[in-house]
Amino acid sequence: MGASTVSALDRIRATRAWQSIFRRGPARSNRTRSLAVFGNIFFHLLPVKVREKSLRVRATYYLGSISFLLFVVLTITGILLMLYYHPAVPQAYRDMKDLRFVVSNGVFLRNLHRLAAQVMVLAVFWHMFHVFYRGGYRPPHEFNWAIGVVLLLITLFLSYTGYLLPWDQLAFWAITVGTNILAAMPFLGMKLRYLLLGGNLVGENALLRFYVLHCVILPLLAGVFIAVHFWRVQKDGGLTVEEVEREQDGGKD
Amino acid sequence: MAEKTKYEAGFGSDALKNPQRIVFITKKTSAKVKGDVGQQLMSYPHLILRETIVFQILTIALVIVGLFWDAPLEQLANPLVTPNPAKAPWYFLGLQELLHYFPPLVAGIIIPTLVVVGLIVIPYFHVNVRGEPLWSGRRAEKLLLFLGVFGVLVLLLALFEAWTVLIPTIVVALLMFLSYFAKPGKDSEFWRTRPISWWVMTWFIAVALILTVVGTFFRGPGWSWVWPWRSRGI
Repeated sequence: MGASTVSALDRIRATRAWQSIFRRGPARSNRTRSLAVFGNIFFHLLPVKVREKSLRVRATYYLGSISFLLFVVLTITGILLMLYYHPAVPQAYRDMKDLRFVVSNGVFLRNLHRLAAQVMVLAVFWHMFHVFYRGGYRPPHEFNWAIGVVLLLITLFLSYTGYLLPWDQLAFWAITVGTNILAAMPFLGMKLRYLLLGGNLVGENALLRFYVLHCVILPLLAGVFIAVHFWRVQKDGGLTVEEVEREQDGGKD
Repeated sequence: MAEKTKYEAGFGSDALKNPQRIVFITKKTSAKVKGDVGQQLMSYPHLILRETIVFQILTIALVIVGLFWDAPLEQLANPLVTPNPAKAPWYFLGLQELLHYFPPLVAGIIIPTLVVVGLIVIPYFHVNVRGEPLWSGRRAEKLLLFLGVFGVLVLLLALFEAWTVLIPTIVVALLMFLSYFAKPGKDSEFWRTRPISWWVMTWFIAVALILTVVGTFFRGPGWSWVWPWRSRGI
């Protein structure tokens, strides 16, 4: 970066508007770097300092970050898809056709959303298994491990509720098969299925309910649990690194 | 202030009159200071820069794959035309495969509930937290217990003819059994030192993986066994 660019940045930083937003100088000292993290509502969930060992790729493969980033990608593409979608029978299916043939980049948008959803399920599973094998569930991380299990379930339900929305044969029968399993639960099964589907069969009520679950309830729940999950990583003293050391000593994996 | 505390400040509580700072040292330490810390780096920029790079790579990869791999779209949903087989999304096909063998109550409700509860309670069991090697101490007793549990499990699975569960179970159990005889040494050190939680999780992953792969690729009409490279015409 040229000296002129740096001085230009400095001049922007010196403006009153900039300083009213960031309230700190350039991040050149550890004090201002700390302020950059806990002075920012989005970064304050992160720790101010991290262990060098937990930053190594092999310690985490960044699977937690990847899962979260996929959630962000899914939120953005999901909101864009909502602009073209009506949760009604059979308009939902026509909207899929419109996405394919009428909407600019509609195919790409839907591909991206579906791909990210599949990868997110994989990433969350892999994240959980990786944390387990690293011993990351051990105290003081036990509560965060439980939060993680809840997040896995939310991810699965998010993916599953999204599965019905295209309203094609694939969607209809996958949800029929899945909700029939629910009906096997003693006493509550039939009632729960009725609650979920808004009827005894997968129909337009079910489509609307899955739409609300998929676009409002589950993403909000996921957001809250993700925030707690991140925050607890910091409060529980960062990632577990003992396992990494042990394996490096033994030279085995 | 009715209760008398252990710590007495000895100064007035008016901070303006007595600008004193007092440090209370309690017995409990927070989770934050436990354990060896090692070298530390500032999150800003070290962590945030790395996460940005991960995000960029991820986005590029998603865009490239998304350009070429189209999301499927079949005919309009029709409750009168049932596809054979009707399959759930891939991550539930392991469950659907279980449903083929066990009654719906067992495969659809009891087993998933047990798995979720099992996952949550892992860190609350002392044996999992200590993570001692499975075959350390009271070896004969443990071996007997292991063989008993394995025998019952195999019998149960064979009774229901749940072959796709039985095979990974036997493979993992065989490895567990062999690790009993492993001598301390370089080659078998890994297997010898595995704790019980490691074995159970590995068994769970092996079964889940086999069930999902079989459910996805090896099941055709009427949930019959098909070879994926032969069923292209169906």
